Order: sequence, then C-alpha cells, then structure tokens
Amino acid sequence: MARKVTTQRMAVNTVVAWVIGLLIFFPILWTILTSFKTEAQAIADPPIFLGFNWTFENYIEVQERSNYFRHFWNSVVISVGSTLLGLVIAVPAAWAMAFVPGKRTKDVLMWMLSTKMLPPVGVLVPIYLMFRTLGLLDTKLGLVIVLTLINLPIIIWMLYTYFREIPGEILEAARMDGATLRGEVVHVLLPMAVPGMASTVLLNIILAWNEAFWTLNLTAAKAAPLTAFIASYSSPEGLFYAKLSAASTMAIAPILIMGWFSQKQLVRGLTFGAVK
Amino acid sequence: MTLTLRAGLLACAAGALTASAASAETITIATVNNGDMIRMQKLTDDFTAKNPGIELEWVTLEENVLRQRVTQDIATNGGQFDVMTIGTYEVPIWAGQDWLVPLTDMPEGYDADDILPAIAGGLTTDGTLYAAPFYGESSMVMYRKDLMEAAGLEMPDAPTWDFIKEAAAAMTEGDVYGICLRGKAGWGENMAFLTAMANSYGARWFDEEWNAQFDTPEWEATLTDYLDLMNNYGPPGASSNGFNENLALFQQGKCGMWIDATVAASFVTNPADSTVADKVGFALAPDKGLGKRGNWLWAWNLAIPAGSEKTDAAKAFVAWATSKEYTELVAANEGWANVPPGTRTSLYENQEYLDAAPFAEMTLESINAADPQNPTVDPVPYVGVQFVAIPEFQGIGTAVGQQFSAALAGQVTAQQALENAQTLTTREMERSGY
Repeated sequence: MARKVTTQRMAVNTVVAWVIGLLIFFPILWTILTSFKTEAQAIADPPIFLGFNWTFENYIEVQERSNYFRHFWNSVVISVGSTLLGLVIAVPAAWAMAFVPGKRTKDVLMWMLSTKMLPPVGVLVPIYLMFRTLGLLDTKLGLVIVLTLINLPIIIWMLYTYFREIPGEILEAARMDGATLRGEVVHVLLPMAVPGMASTVLLNIILAWNEAFWTLNLTAAKAAPLTAFIASYSSPEGLFYAKLSAASTMAIAPILIMGWFSQKQLVRGLTFGAVK
Repeated sequence: MTLTLRAGLLACAAGALTASAASAETITIATVNNGDMIRMQKLTDDFTAKNPGIELEWVTLEENVLRQRVTQDIATNGGQFDVMTIGTYEVPIWAGQDWLVPLTDMPEGYDADDILPAIAGGLTTDGTLYAAPFYGESSMVMYRKDLMEAAGLEMPDAPTWDFIKEAAAAMTEGDVYGICLRGKAGWGENMAFLTAMANSYGARWFDEEWNAQFDTPEWEATLTDYLDLMNNYGPPGASSNGFNENLALFQQGKCGMWIDATVAASFVTNPADSTVADKVGFALAPDKGLGKRGNWLWAWNLAIPAGSEKTDAAKAFVAWATSKEYTELVAANEGWANVPPGTRTSLYENQEYLDAAPFAEMTLESINAADPQNPTVDPVPYVGVQFVAIPEFQGIGTAVGQQFSAALAGQVTAQQALENAQTLTTREMERSGY
C-alpha cells in the first residue's frame, strides 16, 4: 500500500515538475519559433504555433545588419573576465571570513549584500562621469570592472557558504604538515570546493552575460555586448517581433548551450554544497 | 643579428604610426531602429565612397533606450557620439543649452530652404537650424474604404470628431472595432494622441502663466469623448495598445479606423504584411470646428553634439543623409515609395514620388496643418504640438498619461483622472520654479 502511494506521489510530482518546466521554457520556445516566422505570421491572431512556412530570412537580415560576432566576443570577454577578476578577489575574502572570522564578519557580509539593494540607476551619473574621466567609456575593461563590482557580493557569499562546510581541521592538518597559506588555499581548499566554485563561476557568467543596464549605458559601438545587439531590434513604430526573436535566439543560444551541458554541475553546486 | 632585429622593429613601429596617421576618421552615429534608418545604414557605401577619409560606426537602439542614452551622454559631455538621432522635442531644449552644433555652414547645394517650413520651424532656435530632419511625420485618419462603404458613409477629406464617432458606431460589428487609438501610457504614446486631440478641442496644457489647465471644460470634453469612443467602439484591452498593437490590429482587418502616425500608411498598404492593403483610405486628422486639427508633428533629426571632436566629418555625414541626392539614392535602390518622407518640399513636387506613394499628398497636408510655434486655439507659452518643449515634460507627460490610461482601463473616472492630472502637473511645475 505504502509502495503504491509512493509510486502515485512520484507520478504526480513528475507531472507537476514537467508542467512547471514546460511553463518556464515556453517563452523561450515561443521566441525560437517566432524567429522562423515572417513579421505578419509573428503577429497573427490567433497565434500560429507550428503551422507556418519556416523561414531563415530573419537570421539572414540580422546577420547582414549587425556584427554578431563582435557583440558575441565582447559578451565572452566581459562575462568571463568579470567572473575571473571576481574570483581573484572573492576567494581570499571568503577564506578569511569562513576560517578566521572576526567580530564584524556577519555585518560585513550583510553590508556587501545591501549594496545589491541599491537601484543601479541611483549611481549611474557618478559612475558615468568617473568612466568619462578615466577614459573607460565604451571599453571592455570598464565593463569588466563594473560587472565585477556588481557581482562580487554574490561570489563572496556563495564561496563563503561553501567554504564554511569544509571542516577547519583539514586545513589545520595541512598547516601542521607545513603547508604555506597559498598552498593551503590552492592545494587543499580549492580542490575540495570545486563543485561550489564551478556553480559560482557558471552563475556569475550567466548573470554577467544577461546584465543589460550597465552594458547598455556604458557602451557605444566598440564594447557593446549581446544585450545591446538585442536592444537594436526593438522598435515602437513598425513590426519587429520576428527579427527581435531571431536576434534574441542568437544572443541566448551560447549561454543556453553552456547551461545545458553544465546543468548537473550547476544544480549539484547550488543544492548540495561543497563536500556532500 | 640584434641590429637587424632592432631595425625591423623600428620599421614596423614607423609603419604602424604612418598607417595610423593615414587611417580614416571614424564617426559614431547613434540612431533609432526604424525602417528608414536601417535603409540608410545599408546605403552608407555611397557616403564612404564619396568621403574616403571617413568611416562610420553605428549604434542602433530602441527609441526610449536611445533617448536615455544620448541625453545622458550629451548632458555629461561624454563624447561617445558624433551624430545623434533626436526628436523634435529635444532640439529646442538642447539648442537652448548650447549642447548642439549649429548647422549654419552646410555644404554648397544642400538647399536648407527646401526643408518643409513646418518641420524646419521645430528645429530652429533664434533663427539658427540646429538639426537636420531625416524623416518627418504627422498623424492622420487611416480607414477601411470597404467598411465605410458598407456602413453607407463617405469619409470627407477633413472629417470632424462628430463624424468619426458616427462612423465608428456604424463600422463596429463582430470582431471589427470601429476605431483603434493609442491607450498605452506615456508622453510619446497616449499623450501624443490626446494632446493633439485636445488642441483641436480648444484645450491646452498651460495658460500663458504656466498654470496647468486640466480643470477646464475643454479637457473634460476631450477625455470624455476619447473614453466614449474607445469604450463603445474600440478593441478590448486598449489601455495597453500603442502604435505596434494598433498596427497589428489594423493589418489584420480588425479596425475600421485608426488615427496615428502618417508613417503607418506605408505599413498598412504593404501587401506583404497587411491583409487590407488595397482597402485603405486616408483623411486629415479630425477637428471640432475651432481652427485646429487633432494631428501632431514629429521628425527624427540628425544633430551634432557640441562635445564631438569630429564636427567636420559629422557635418559631411548629416549633409549626405538629409540631402535631396540621398532621396534619389534610396529611390534608385529601393523605389520611390521607400524614400524617407516629410522633410523636403521638392519631394512633394516629384511626380514619380507622388505616383509611387498614394499617401504622399495627405501626409504633406497633415504636416502643413500642424504649427509647433502656435499649436493651440488659445495662446500658450510653449513650443510643440503633441508635447511641451520643456525638460520637465517627459516626466509630467508620462504621469498624466498613466492617469488617462487608468481611466480607459476603468480604474478611475474621467473626472478623477483630470483632477489627479491637474494636481500632479501643478505640483511638478511649482517644484520646477515656473
């Protein structure tokens, strides 16, 4: 009887999970389908799901109009660069907070998190003026710095959580065996925190890839990433849904594929912590 | 060996420096995503062939994003752009701040006098032209000739609001709505339409002392008639409809009439996208017999920010993109119907253009019927037909638009919406020191 109930519950859970999954995925599927329609089919009422003449016209036009690969390369440099720079700062910070906490460690962590609560537009003008003075407007370096600062609280918090689950005794044993501080972090701590590090890196690359406020406001032509590429296809006057969908599909495809291949690592890192 | 290496390195460095000195000057152009601008990007080989020392870098953005981006850059002297695409609203404000380079010494043969007077008037401050129009538009009535005929009515060239109401009632049947109008909140969305409509009703945003005027009978009549039209003969959910939503409805044959930008004429008559392409007629925007029609005036213009260090190259580009020769280039490559409309008198004297664009005459009449310097029945202290050319207007216009959109959605009454509009406008104007 208990077995039957369990099986039934599993079946219900599976169905519910599939329904939720499909609901979440549906907008992306609809975007992909719309990218293969004509503009007239894209606005048809009632909407056409699959029964339309598939066309690559939108992709061809997007490719003709925009330099996709330059935007793509900018996105790669900015998202990977900001994540790596963030790790360089966050690993020692998280180590210190996890293994040698001070009286104010929790306050510092909360303060860092509180910076995420400020609406970014509040500091747009000061940052814009600083960037202008430093010559960082429309540069990849400028965006790497800004996105690092924006995502740093999240990186530190995630690494701090993983590091806290690693028993301090292991590091102490390494120290007793003569490990230097650098050796302790590089050869003992980081290998044990690989799942957590991987999920932190992946999450931050995704966040930086999708960041639209700063990447639109601090770039013009040279450093504009894929967010600016998508923004160029929206229009208040004229039909643009099919072309915008094609541009969006091209912009999300790399990160979608990366997420697809790394989903096990991502989910494991996010749900089980560092050493479980 | 070492000497050879050094000599080689020096030669490379010298070569690089020489190449850098001889390389072309690059100007960055910020522009809006619409059909005419995209067409221009495709035709820039013509410009670079004629100006081999200048290369073009494009930044294309959605209208609202573009507006925020270029405003932020020009206000902080960021210097990111050498040419900016700006609207008729920005030109007088920015020119007054000395943020724009005057276009006084355009190349010989540019013929600035050929620019339509109504358009040039909105781009001129103290007698100086500060931006060159790339394309201009007004608003007009687009209607279904077949439905009008079936209703036993005939659309006059210059209809009144009373006729529009009568026609909307007669054309509403089944899933065809008699009239489609903007309802989405925003100073450039529902307030563009409602401000132009209010002008024809004798209403105005401010009196000559900058006092808000939403407590007047003229505004009450405007909003009441608009709500009557939309609630009785408009599509459901109209409070979230802007240009694109109404365009989609009209193209699918769901609207009997649509009053909106003249630029829509080329979309609704395009058989590739519109199911009613061969059934569309045009008329001037309606009036109330007070001497002003409910049409607006807008132009997308190319201007050079004062912070640009490449003003000569930028002027060369602006002159090329807004010249008579450019319209001929578009016609040769894409046909006369695709030439950017509404900027030059000579275009409307060109028979080939008039033959290719059945909406040309009505577009010109609509543009000429708008007067940004004198937009209302009673005198006003501001410039602008569907907007008030003061920096505070974007915020106030959108806030008032939200009140009127809420009235359309049935969340507040017309009276409440007007009272709220009056209160918030008065408060913001007092805060701004008017």
